Amino acid sequence: MLKQQNHDGQSVSEGLTVAGARTLYEKLWESHRVCDLADDEALIYIDRHLVHEVSSPQAFAALRSSERKLRRPLTHYAVADHAVPTRDRNAAIEDPLARAQVAELEDNVAAFDMPYAALQGADQGIVHVIGPESGFTLPGTTIVCGDSHTTTHGAFGALAFGIGASECGTVMATQCLRQKKARTMLVQLSGTPSRHVTAKDIALALIAHIGTNGAAGFAVEYAGPAVSAMSMAERMTLCNLTIEAGSRVGLVAPDATTLDFVKGRRLAPKGPSWDRAAAYWLGLKTDKGAQYDLMVELDLDKIEPQVTWGTSPDQSVSIGGAIPEPAMHEDMAARRQAETALEYMDLQAGTSLEGTAISHVFIGSCTNGRIEDLRAAAAVAAGCSVASEVTAIVVPGSGATRLQAEAEGLDRIFSEAGFQWRHPGCSMCVAMNDDRLEPGDRCASTSNRNFEGRQGAGGRTHLMSPAMAAAAAITGCITDVRKLAQ
Amino acid sequence: MKAQPFKTLSGIAAPLEQDNIDTDIIFPARFLLITAREGLGRYAFHDRRFETDGQENPDFILNQNPFREAPILLAGANLGSGSSREQAVWALLGFGVRAVIAPSFGEIFQANCLRNGILPITLPDETVRKLLGRAKDGLNLTIDLESQTIAVEDDVRFDFDIAPERKLALINGWDETAQILNQRVNDISAFEARQRQDQPWLYEREMTP
Ligand code: SF4
Repeated sequence: MLKQQNHDGQSVSEGLTVAGARTLYEKLWESHRVCDLADDEALIYIDRHLVHEVSSPQAFAALRSSERKLRRPLTHYAVADHAVPTRDRNAAIEDPLARAQVAELEDNVAAFDMPYAALQGADQGIVHVIGPESGFTLPGTTIVCGDSHTTTHGAFGALAFGIGASECGTVMATQCLRQKKARTMLVQLSGTPSRHVTAKDIALALIAHIGTNGAAGFAVEYAGPAVSAMSMAERMTLCNLTIEAGSRVGLVAPDATTLDFVKGRRLAPKGPSWDRAAAYWLGLKTDKGAQYDLMVELDLDKIEPQVTWGTSPDQSVSIGGAIPEPAMHEDMAARRQAETALEYMDLQAGTSLEGTAISHVFIGSCTNGRIEDLRAAAAVAAGCSVASEVTAIVVPGSGATRLQAEAEGLDRIFSEAGFQWRHPGCSMCVAMNDDRLEPGDRCASTSNRNFEGRQGAGGRTHLMSPAMAAAAAITGCITDVRKLAQ
Repeated sequence: MKAQPFKTLSGIAAPLEQDNIDTDIIFPARFLLITAREGLGRYAFHDRRFETDGQENPDFILNQNPFREAPILLAGANLGSGSSREQAVWALLGFGVRAVIAPSFGEIFQANCLRNGILPITLPDETVRKLLGRAKDGLNLTIDLESQTIAVEDDVRFDFDIAPERKLALINGWDETAQILNQRVNDISAFEARQRQDQPWLYEREMTP
């Protein structure tokens, strides 16, 4: 299924290395290099900055204390998504800390004249969902956010990466960041995924193979016929999960699918400006004969729906496959880690996850909270009922996604099946609001991290695709959606 | 924000024998509701240090002497992976940690450490393992940033790498934002003028009144 090779002086795919040929990453890097700095670093210009309530207060505080201003206020876009309640948008936020955090963001955006998607409006949603939806995310740009899943926007051929709160303050004041150029990795996807094998499954299978550190230090570009055939939603899921393989950057070159998605969006260029931008964006693909530092091939024909069994995103198996024995790791630390994970998850090595009873289902997050994800889940849920012992919530990624889903009647399908239909936010992906697991709860989740306690202290998370999560909700246990659909 | 300068550090190293200690473990998400960066030390490794009823977990190494006060953490590979939350670093600082040693780090975490006066040291896997083994009985390390060495009690010394400019920034506690503003503003303006020519659509919103 997977081939890895190093290219020492050899071209990646077709024949000869061409002098001066550049990868997409190198083009994006060069076009944003303000100047070179010591330590092999460069000052990189930042075109777009997404701001949320959790990683921005300290950055705004630093601006205030040093009496600095935003260099270009309109290149930022703020929203409250992480800590907001998803049950009722009109009532005041109950949790005093969350209420204060959102109020602080509102004060800050007002004081610094920063564009803001208000909590009660249809523009509100998860940063990585509203960026693309509004046209704030554009191909060929550099995009940062105090959030590691900023990799998502790489699906547009943008150099997008997560940063810390101090760096957010640097971007606000200088529009720049000091960065070291990454090495490049090509992930070549071939073959045709079978039904119910989604971008989520492909990403989890890739991470299981290369490990949570497998792409560290690399900028990953996804290419191949299977990527060209993907929708923007699928590309975003793929790039979103790139950080779980340790890489801050996931990329897909802009093509006709990208342009179709961006065209007409509220903040996208219009008229003659659009034509000029579109031509520029289409020129951003990797040149023939350009070299990558590492190449990985994944044959999608052989991939099956994936489910994580452990507490790290690389601990996944094909549904129906057996949970690996810790003893298969020769390395003692890895063995101990697998044992700890099994203990935390209360699972046995050698068994299949199929039939493992769950208590919760979460459909949402910046990984799988888009309209396409909700459609896939609704298609499984239609006409069925959520198992009686299961609490299942559907949290659209944005206000626009929620409205679109309602226009298509998906909310009714979910509600009639017994899913709770919520307002947009990060919700149970990060459990900062009241959507959270209690110790011992077990959740089928479409989010991106199965870390210990990620969905609530003591909670257990199984990552999977939206259709697989919907199937688990219906049967009350981890289920192969392909069997349910029969 | 100016970080506390880092020159030398001597103290107990607490061994955390685990790979992939992510920032959710270092700083659980629910405490992200706190918007201050000071006073986060009490939440460092919160769910490892405390039981669900708030009692201290005596089995966790940072609850045991002499590791309670350890200014150095020794950990497995990929330390600080996962979420970009800088609160993880502020919590470590508040807890008294000034240096972290591991075979590899989450990239954003490593950058966050450097910006806050915590020295992240990458050592070969084998070396970290040896140190982890010895540290269980209480091991004193002396880190000298100027000479880029770690002295293990009196017997061995290890060299470590750090990029020269980062080293200077740590030693002097430089603030990166101020540095860019003081030294690079003309470069930035020149870049913007060029980009406005090449990609005018990136500036259109600022032109419409
Ligand atoms: S949905 Fe989850 S991963 Fe995405 S931005 Fe929110 S908290 Fe982060």
